[in-house]
Amino acid sequence: MAVRSVTSNSQAFFGGVTVALTSVFHLVIGGTYIGIGALAHDFGFSAGWMAFCTVLVWAGPAQVILISALGSGAPLVEAAIAVSLSGLRLLPMVVALLPLLRREGTRLRDLLLPTHFTSVSMWVESLRLLPAMPREHRIAMCNGIATGLMGVAVTYGFAGFYLAAGLPRLFAGGLLFLTPVSFLLSTARNARAMVDKLALLFGLALAPLLVALHVQLDLMWSGVVGGTLAYGIHRVREAAT
Amino acid sequence: MNAVMAELWPYFLLVLVGFLPNEIWRALGMVMARGLNEDSEVVVWSRAVATAILAGVIAKLILFAPGALAGVPLALRVGAAACGFAAFLAAKRSLFIGVAVGEAVLLAGGALVAH
Repeated sequence: MAVRSVTSNSQAFFGGVTVALTSVFHLVIGGTYIGIGALAHDFGFSAGWMAFCTVLVWAGPAQVILISALGSGAPLVEAAIAVSLSGLRLLPMVVALLPLLRREGTRLRDLLLPTHFTSVSMWVESLRLLPAMPREHRIAMCNGIATGLMGVAVTYGFAGFYLAAGLPRLFAGGLLFLTPVSFLLSTARNARAMVDKLALLFGLALAPLLVALHVQLDLMWSGVVGGTLAYGIHRVREAAT
Repeated sequence: MNAVMAELWPYFLLVLVGFLPNEIWRALGMVMARGLNEDSEVVVWSRAVATAILAGVIAKLILFAPGALAGVPLALRVGAAACGFAAFLAAKRSLFIGVAVGEAVLLAGGALVAH
């Protein structure tokens, strides 16, 4: 798309929607949300709830945690803490994104939507495309990208929900398997630095261990302990070199 | 009244347990948008914690599978994830190929087990 030729906000917005629909994240989000829709179905939530969940939470991992924790009857406090810990990664993304969008005279309320829309996929696409855009149209384009991606997510979420309801059991299982396998691979792909690879490994190993040991708040502890351990090793290695 | 409550309860939980605990970081990010950069130590640590917790969710979904996935034997679920990961690495970190191979192994294995 000829990003530089954008001259109006509506053009920028629909340009953003087009970017979203033609991006590789269309496939990734499609696969992920088919899986999450199937998960919501199997844990007994309604399709409408699932759509609201996507629009309000707008973060795949948080939705997976929320659905599996609420659906399996985990204590609400534990579910909220686990969701919150998984959302922590959004903070630095917002911090990095907003300076790209802001210009003189930008009102706080203009940044509310891009802030809520911030997710891994939107963030990656925005940081890739926005620097080449005229500053006054960046917010519109950013909102367009996120709206397109959210539309994809809601649509595929419905698809997964109803497929899980109607498919033979093995294929429904295959849909549910999309969530862990696509998250595993996309997390591995994003883990370029050693600290992130270690955090992935420690999290994979710790959570089942803590469950087996009947530790309360197992997700929270595997996050805090695994992440801190990975960070500590990273610091020790940096100090050694 | 009780029927309305029962209907609305999941949405109440969605806002309380899903929306607010997640959204607070976006709001904080908005407040802190000046001052932090991507390489600061707090950011590296928080990314590590976020990665570890997501990894924990992945492991639990594979090992203690929900719903229809529980019908697939444990060894097959773990094996399919491992095959998907190996294919992902072999195909220059292609998400698509990794997910496709993982799913193919799971479905083919599941069909074999069923017969």
